[in-house]
Amino acid sequence: MTFFTEDNRQRARAIVDRYPVKRSAVMPLLHLAQDQEGWVSPDAMREIAALVDIEPAQVLGTCAFYTMYKREPVGRYVVSVCTNVSCLVTGGPEIYEHLRGQYAESDEVHVEEVECLAACGGAPALQVNYEFHERLTPETAVEIVESYRSGERRARSVSGSPS
Amino acid sequence: MGQKTIITKRLADRPDDSWTIEAVLATNGYDALRAALKMKPDKIRGEVEAAGLRGRGGAGFPTASKWSFLPEGSYPRYLVVNADEGEPSTFKDRMLLERDPHQLVEGIAIASYAVGCNLAFVYVRGEFALGYDRLVAAIDEARGRGYVGGNILGSGFDLEIVVHRGAGAYICGEETALLESLEGRQGMPRIRPPFPAIEGLYAKPTVVNNVETLCTLPAIITMGGAKYGKLGVNRSTGTRLFSLSGHVNRPGNYEVELGTTFRDLMYQKNLGGGIRDDRSVKFFVPGGASSQWLTGSDEHLDAPLDMDFVQETYGVMLGSGAVMVFDDTTCAVRVAWRLAKFFAHESCGKCTPCREGTGWITKILHRIETGDGRAEDLDLLLDVGDNISPGLNAPFSQTTICPLGPSSVSPVVSLDKFFRDEVHQHVTEARCPFAGPRGPAARHQEQGPS
Repeated sequence: MTFFTEDNRQRARAIVDRYPVKRSAVMPLLHLAQDQEGWVSPDAMREIAALVDIEPAQVLGTCAFYTMYKREPVGRYVVSVCTNVSCLVTGGPEIYEHLRGQYAESDEVHVEEVECLAACGGAPALQVNYEFHERLTPETAVEIVESYRSGERRARSVSGSPS
Repeated sequence: MGQKTIITKRLADRPDDSWTIEAVLATNGYDALRAALKMKPDKIRGEVEAAGLRGRGGAGFPTASKWSFLPEGSYPRYLVVNADEGEPSTFKDRMLLERDPHQLVEGIAIASYAVGCNLAFVYVRGEFALGYDRLVAAIDEARGRGYVGGNILGSGFDLEIVVHRGAGAYICGEETALLESLEGRQGMPRIRPPFPAIEGLYAKPTVVNNVETLCTLPAIITMGGAKYGKLGVNRSTGTRLFSLSGHVNRPGNYEVELGTTFRDLMYQKNLGGGIRDDRSVKFFVPGGASSQWLTGSDEHLDAPLDMDFVQETYGVMLGSGAVMVFDDTTCAVRVAWRLAKFFAHESCGKCTPCREGTGWITKILHRIETGDGRAEDLDLLLDVGDNISPGLNAPFSQTTICPLGPSSVSPVVSLDKFFRDEVHQHVTEARCPFAGPRGPAARHQEQGPS
């Protein structure tokens, strides 16, 4: 039981207390763990299991089902590029390919193709750590990512929590 | 008919700060809750019934009857709000969460009071970070002013609201998968019966309502159900938000009175504003990716936004209210492939026909699009589809627990109905005949479930 920091352990207990059944806290606790470490480690899952009285393998089962939980380090910025149909016909795949090429070697920027982000009114769209950016071109998409790296924009956590 | 501002009124009146408590209190916020708490719960159900309100999440089930399925005298019971908006090209609930979270809180309180629930859950799509923050802040503000918490406005009614973030799984928008997820498990749909109204969250009676449905309640209380019910057409009463996207000049969310035509939605100056570069509509998806398609024919464009009419006449649905418009430069096979890829990626894997079939459909469509199609491929697609959704009808029958698998068949059936020649051309020319925006992605991406 050494994964969560003292502050986060208190948060974790408050989260567990919100629900009539402890196991419901698994998903928010996984988000909390990812906020702390940038990914969800086996240590985090063991501690979450203890907090809600289930087996670590059950936590892993839930964790592995959901794409937002990263079970290995992914860097500081998760760039989620939509290529579903409204973005498909307005240039989403081109943005995805461009960013993937641009950050192929980067340890800091993780580019992933995602399904519809509910930003079709501003297609093509992407998110950086779950913050929306719309009406993009391959070039402006890179500018946005760079604005986080330079500190001009302040990023949310890898799980999308306010920083 | 046309644009009508009811649930987007605060957004229109206070475009810069509609989500703040100051704006809410300056625009009659929580007045409807105050009025509702003076009514008997049954009376509220009656107003909702008179309004003819039907679920805005996709199925269009009458809200008052959904509430009435809760077994009498069985407590605790829960209200679960489905804010896991993920149907491709639907983006209305995200707007309601980000721009007017207090309207949702008010709607939750009214519904909870009406059904006798003291603990409500909101399952917010994980990617909606801002929407989550604003909703949590709104609940805290509401609690501070006595609209949420113990003894609300002195009525003796107690309500707590827990906001729960998802983590990236479309299937959790299906109500029983959502409940599984809320219980800390993989989001896989449950076999029904028992229905959630009898055994839902924690095996207790549960109502699951969509965000927009609940956001409509304050207006129904304020206007009166009968007056609201006079809006719209036939059994499609009131207004709905339509998420308009694709090749229109003004993509966005528009609240229009039901009964407005697709043409008006796409072409009116204050709505879609016409098709980009004055091109023509080749086809459109009228109600989210799960629906079959309609074409740019006059008959289809002039069809009214009437849930039952489009279902009975064309076998399509208004579903989640997402209207995706594609102009004549668009390759129909490419769109079908991308939608199929979505369903393959999002299949939870519980039922074999969907888990395997969605992958097959994706691979076959991909090979047609990239020039490796075979003459028999369209029939093969229909055969695979028939194993997921026997008869290929709409509303569909299914060999699966939930409608995700059958939804993946809709693009295939639509290709067969309207674009057989185009599929054939792909096969005979061994390439995609459209020069349109097709990046290298189509050739390089993996296509199966990941």
